[in-house]
Amino acid sequence: MELQARRQNRKESRPAMSEIEKTIPIEVLRYRPEQDTEPVLQTFQVPFTDDMSVLQGLQYIKDYLDGSLSFRWSCRMAICGSCGMMVNGKPSLSCKTFLRDYYPGGLRIEALAHFPIERDLVIVMDDFIEKLESIKPYIIPKTPRALSEGEYLQTPEERDVYEQFSSCINCMLCYAACPQYGLNSKFVGPGIMALLHRYNMDSRDGGTEQRMELVHSEDGVFNCTAVGYCSEVCPKHVDPANAVNINKTESAKDYFLRFVAPKGAAK
Amino acid sequence: MKPRAIGKRRPYVRPMAGWWRRNPFFVEYMIHEGTAFFVAAYALVLLVGVVRLAQGEAAWNGWLQALHSPVAIAFHLLVLVAMVYHSWTWFNIMPRTLPPIFVAGKRLSATAITSGGLAATAFASAVLLLVVWRLST
Repeated sequence: MELQARRQNRKESRPAMSEIEKTIPIEVLRYRPEQDTEPVLQTFQVPFTDDMSVLQGLQYIKDYLDGSLSFRWSCRMAICGSCGMMVNGKPSLSCKTFLRDYYPGGLRIEALAHFPIERDLVIVMDDFIEKLESIKPYIIPKTPRALSEGEYLQTPEERDVYEQFSSCINCMLCYAACPQYGLNSKFVGPGIMALLHRYNMDSRDGGTEQRMELVHSEDGVFNCTAVGYCSEVCPKHVDPANAVNINKTESAKDYFLRFVAPKGAAK
Repeated sequence: MKPRAIGKRRPYVRPMAGWWRRNPFFVEYMIHEGTAFFVAAYALVLLVGVVRLAQGEAAWNGWLQALHSPVAIAFHLLVLVAMVYHSWTWFNIMPRTLPPIFVAGKRLSATAITSGGLAATAFASAVLLLVVWRLST
């Protein structure tokens, strides 16, 4: 009984969409491969309240205006990294961007830049996933350790060295912010370099040597020209530009040190 | 990268032409990278000075004379503005390029690195200006 009353209460406190007076024009870049030869803009008038995110605006379109609109989303709270898209040309998590900030002018939503568009706001992320796998994003122990020997220990200071880089949620906003990746998709790119750096800096890890081959390679860090926009758009303050640039120094050191201590070739 | 093609998939790759005009951040990036040309141009002017010095007193004086022309002064003012902007943006990006620096157990903030660099530039410029002033008077 009490539950029913609470439900009733909640219904009354939230206005129905038809009662909302404010509407905002949302331009969406549509691409339906079966009918469009290239992406086209479509405008929707979306009623909204001040607490509505851009993602909720898209959900409104899908539920009430055009059910064929495709986009990725999951958690609605900036932790799954699924709903990245271009909002007025800026790579943004649509769940963390609010419609009220674009009122009354409206906004334009496009699929994340620099990735092929699969359909509407859905991009092809195969390249990112392949790169993610290639850097061995897990701890490679220095020496094999038996379960009976217990856990690996790490001091807070040792953790601080990599913690920031471990906050990455693989949302790919940094790739959409990186013109060098857009110009040459072979470049490892900011997010993956940050993750690579995260494992290399971990005191429990012994895989640096294996990962550095990629850092030194033709597709490695020197594709970066320090634009810095990747760090600017990162919703988790990972600062991928920092990871990339620290590794430029590491790579340069390695280049010169190999004359002193020769070792295997780069990739 | 080749997206795996299945059935009706036809991934669309957007062109990159004119990419730097799409975002004010990229426009600023191109401008601050562009100031490097002014730095190079000024280095060339100095280099010409060294060459003229090697050619003897008359050549050297001719070069000095040329620097007094209104065009040369306007050029130097332009270069000065470009150089100041170049240094400003250079030190702004600096915290992103350095490994973490720890002072007394705390990580040095980006603001501290940037202002440190700018202060060092201002100090070096002031010292240089003072030395040249002393030598020329």
